[in-house]
Amino acid sequence: MSETKPSPVSQKGFGQRLFLFLGSMDLAITLLLALAIASIIGTVLQQNQPYSDYLIKFGPFWFDLFESAGLYDVYSSIWFLSILVLLVTSTSVCVFRNGPTMLRDMWNLRTHVQRKSLKLMRHNATWLVDSPADETVTTLENRFSKLGFRVRQTPKTDEVLVSAMRGGMNRLGYLLTHLAIVVICLGGLMDSNLPLKFAEWQGKIKIETKDLPLSQIPAASKLPVGSQAFRGSVNIPEGQSASVAFLAMRDGYLVQNLPFKIEVKEFRIEHYATGQPKSFESDLVVYDDDLAEPLTKTIAVNHPLIYKGYAIYQASFSDGGSELSLEAWPLGSQAGSDPISFDTKVFERKKMEWGSNSSQLEITTFRLFNINPDPTEEEPSKVRNFGPSVEFKIRSSTGEALEYQNYMLPVPRNGRDFYLSGVRSSPADEFGYLYLPIDEQGGLEGFSHFVQRLHDKKVVEKMAHQMTLTTLKSVSNSDDKLAKSLQDTLIKLVDMFMAGGFANVTTFIETSLPEAERSTLGTAYLSMLREILARIYVDGLNLPDQQAPTETQLTFLQDAVDAIGSLPRYGSPVYFMLTDFEHIQASGLQIAHSPGKPVVYFGCAMLILGVFLLFYLPQRRFWALIKANGQQTDILLAGMSNRNPREFDGYFEQISNELKQTSGNSSSR
Amino acid sequence: MNKLAGIMLTETSSPLIQWLWRGAMVLAAIILLTMYYDVFDYYEVGIVVLTAFGMALIGQNWMGIRWYIIVVGAISLFAIQRYGNDLAIANSDFFLNYMLASQSAFMWMSALFVMATVTYFAGLFLRSEFTQKVGTALTWSASAMGLIGLMVRWRESYLIGADVGHIPVSNLYEVFILFAIVTSILYLFYERRYQTRALGGFVLLIISSAVAFQLWYTFERQAHEIQPLVPALQSYWMKIHVPANFVGYGAFAMAAMIGVAYLLKSWRETVNPQGILATALPDKSVMDDLMYKAIALGFAFFTLATILGALWAAEAWGGYWSWDPKETWALIVWLNYAAWLHMRMTKGWHGVPMAWWAVIGLFVTIFAFLGVNMFLSGLHSYGTL
Ligand code: HEM
Repeated sequence: MSETKPSPVSQKGFGQRLFLFLGSMDLAITLLLALAIASIIGTVLQQNQPYSDYLIKFGPFWFDLFESAGLYDVYSSIWFLSILVLLVTSTSVCVFRNGPTMLRDMWNLRTHVQRKSLKLMRHNATWLVDSPADETVTTLENRFSKLGFRVRQTPKTDEVLVSAMRGGMNRLGYLLTHLAIVVICLGGLMDSNLPLKFAEWQGKIKIETKDLPLSQIPAASKLPVGSQAFRGSVNIPEGQSASVAFLAMRDGYLVQNLPFKIEVKEFRIEHYATGQPKSFESDLVVYDDDLAEPLTKTIAVNHPLIYKGYAIYQASFSDGGSELSLEAWPLGSQAGSDPISFDTKVFERKKMEWGSNSSQLEITTFRLFNINPDPTEEEPSKVRNFGPSVEFKIRSSTGEALEYQNYMLPVPRNGRDFYLSGVRSSPADEFGYLYLPIDEQGGLEGFSHFVQRLHDKKVVEKMAHQMTLTTLKSVSNSDDKLAKSLQDTLIKLVDMFMAGGFANVTTFIETSLPEAERSTLGTAYLSMLREILARIYVDGLNLPDQQAPTETQLTFLQDAVDAIGSLPRYGSPVYFMLTDFEHIQASGLQIAHSPGKPVVYFGCAMLILGVFLLFYLPQRRFWALIKANGQQTDILLAGMSNRNPREFDGYFEQISNELKQTSGNSSSR
Repeated sequence: MNKLAGIMLTETSSPLIQWLWRGAMVLAAIILLTMYYDVFDYYEVGIVVLTAFGMALIGQNWMGIRWYIIVVGAISLFAIQRYGNDLAIANSDFFLNYMLASQSAFMWMSALFVMATVTYFAGLFLRSEFTQKVGTALTWSASAMGLIGLMVRWRESYLIGADVGHIPVSNLYEVFILFAIVTSILYLFYERRYQTRALGGFVLLIISSAVAFQLWYTFERQAHEIQPLVPALQSYWMKIHVPANFVGYGAFAMAAMIGVAYLLKSWRETVNPQGILATALPDKSVMDDLMYKAIALGFAFFTLATILGALWAAEAWGGYWSWDPKETWALIVWLNYAAWLHMRMTKGWHGVPMAWWAVIGLFVTIFAFLGVNMFLSGLHSYGTL
């Protein structure tokens, strides 16, 4: 609407042309759409992830290319910010150009209109009234005022013009809406990390990329207390305190010093009856020399603490170094035969030696509750608390690590109790679970004892011998050679089983036996293996003579054999049983300082007010030209509105009819 | 009132009715506040007061909505009464079991919306004024059942547990119902305003699609179960941010469907100017105007909703703007419609290209509403599919 007609370009200076270009509607629309499209990129590509993840995902070539395009942090990349700056400039120019007209339009009643132009308006009506002109003028003025119009009369040569306007604030709506964009972007700029980027570019600060203890972080990566904006986070274990926040920057971080110290007294999670979390809360104490006494306050999600313009939010939680007691139960031959107890802490790393192997135990997490879907329930949507668990990694000397998750409490499955231990080789995988059966005394001794016996060469040899004797008793033409070979086969089967479970034995059958004998001999091998395993187990029970093992014991045997069969894939020579713990949590706080926030909020208020004024307060103008016509008076009414022309059709009819009635209409049209 | 003016401004109610209505809303607010005094916090009190105010305003000149509010209020109260303090009664009480328990009410709503769609189209093609009126009645009934369902669900959540109770706008399931209700009420408003029922089928088509999706979602994911609020959603901002957003979504959806009608009409006019679609659909300038109105309304509320979202984010996540995918997509939707409005207001574009753009705008909006939750991960956790 307020586009200026393009005049011959050559006559204007560059500055003027630039100004026109910046304020042009085409540019504005282009920029709006460009910004929309540019924004999409950052939602498709997850932002601010660890750089190593991007490298793995894209490979070195694309990784570098994307990095230089700033795609890992699109919204603070140069090109994105340039679009934004251009949009703000364009809007400012637009307001600057249209502002004065709009302001004038807001008040001006337009008293200079001519009869000719009124007649040309889409909405006009004429009629005659019996009352004299000056009386008619007053009646009309009163009527317009009653309807909420501002009115002014202007005497012309032989007639009087009454100008009326309503909704001038619509023009204010335009100004507010567009100024709001500028204000919001400026406020946002105040809160952005551009100053940091600039300081980094100048070499004044350096992003730290290594995971260092606070005391070792170089000064170049630390930011002093100041008025600058930042958004950082810090994890504080219960009972400890901190006076810094860490700002994530690209592939590293910076340390922001705070003018006070925050202590986390306690972190709490409350749960609903169904097990879902209900609240995350931290009891904080803020120490500051400016405070007569320390400030205590409990924060929760959606209920931050705001102190000295720093807002402290409950953002996350993690383990704060819980103290754990573990028992290492040997599963393989190299780990000795007795469980070993020791104490450790979450995040601690421990060297472990097993025979010639050494590896590192890294405790990663402790979890007090594990509210998981219950696989044993009919309804998979039912959840159940599986109790505390510990997660850790075992890293071999070559650096590869397997990740484990062990539950403290036995988990029932098909009516029996098991210790549950999950293992996986990468965080992307699901845990595969090992079910260790619990013996009649409620412990792992039974299982451990059985495993020891299977690893014990003498025991296996003895039982193989016994079994050979029993088996060959029923065979008439047996000889020593056959006995020897049978015994050796049995020992070999047990060895193979211990080394690779049933899968290993099956592979052996499929690859080493002649095809013709495979099916008969294969089945025989498997049942022989089962029998010797059972014999070794039953022998270990030391039952009184002739007494058969109970049903429970046989079920245990079955479970134990299943578990042992999967041990080779389990990858750890011991099972770590969690026996006791002291839960210490850490509260993840987000700390933000945003001096631009009031500015942004002010801009938002302007925007809302502006938009509603623009859309819902139409600016409506009426003019009535009143001219004496003998005894009677002629009225010419015209009207216009800057929006909703369709609605104005009806409105004009309504107003003109009303005026005709109140001004004492005699003969219209 | 004046007959000529009535074409656009429609009826205004008599001052007596207007005052009665406003008084009724004040009274309703007072009664509600005294009834639930002990469970409401101030924000809820504020919301009740603002709602009463809003209803007093929109109802003062619109008879349809007055009846709607009265009927929904009365039936909801009746249903809540039947519940007493025992959720299990729903299985044995005839009214609750077959009609008014939230789940049953939503089923009625779904059926009625689908029937309304079919009826409107039948009325359009048979050129039957009466059939179209039935469509209007069905639409009113459908949105009444929907709102009754939401009201009852609100109460049901408190019956599950005092700490579980919350306004039902907290997950994808609940907001779909909100979407259907808001869109249909917006449509009914313009239907009366512009005195045309021919667009009913088109607008109801998007509502029916939403309802179909919602039904699938219910059966597939057991989504209808009332879940307690996760800590991030326990905020009074949610209660106003979400409804404001849905006025926006509803209006954009309506604009797009009118766009579809517009495009159909322009196409049929070139092919068969005497055909039903070319003649029975409203004047193109009317549709053009309606499209603009709807987008302007949507834009205004979407602006409000996005800003409310920013205020909420400032409290829950520690920053008013985090470039989280949901936020960013809200911005994309907003920028797109800002461009649309400029194109129309300042460059004077209208007609076919703007209708296409309104339709495309709906796809952008749907992505912001659903796609982000399905395909992109972020901080908005309420509605993972
Ligand atoms: C993010 C940036 C912007 C936003 C959100 C915005 C928003 C709006 C809105 C909501 C309207 C009202 C449209 C209607 O009445 O239907 C409007 C009108 C207008 N805008 Fe913008 N605008 C922006 C940038 C610009 C720029 C850069 C210019 C200048 C080239 C501009 C010039 C105008 C003009 C001239 C009007 C018409 C005002 C009238 O007479 O009613 N806008 N704008």
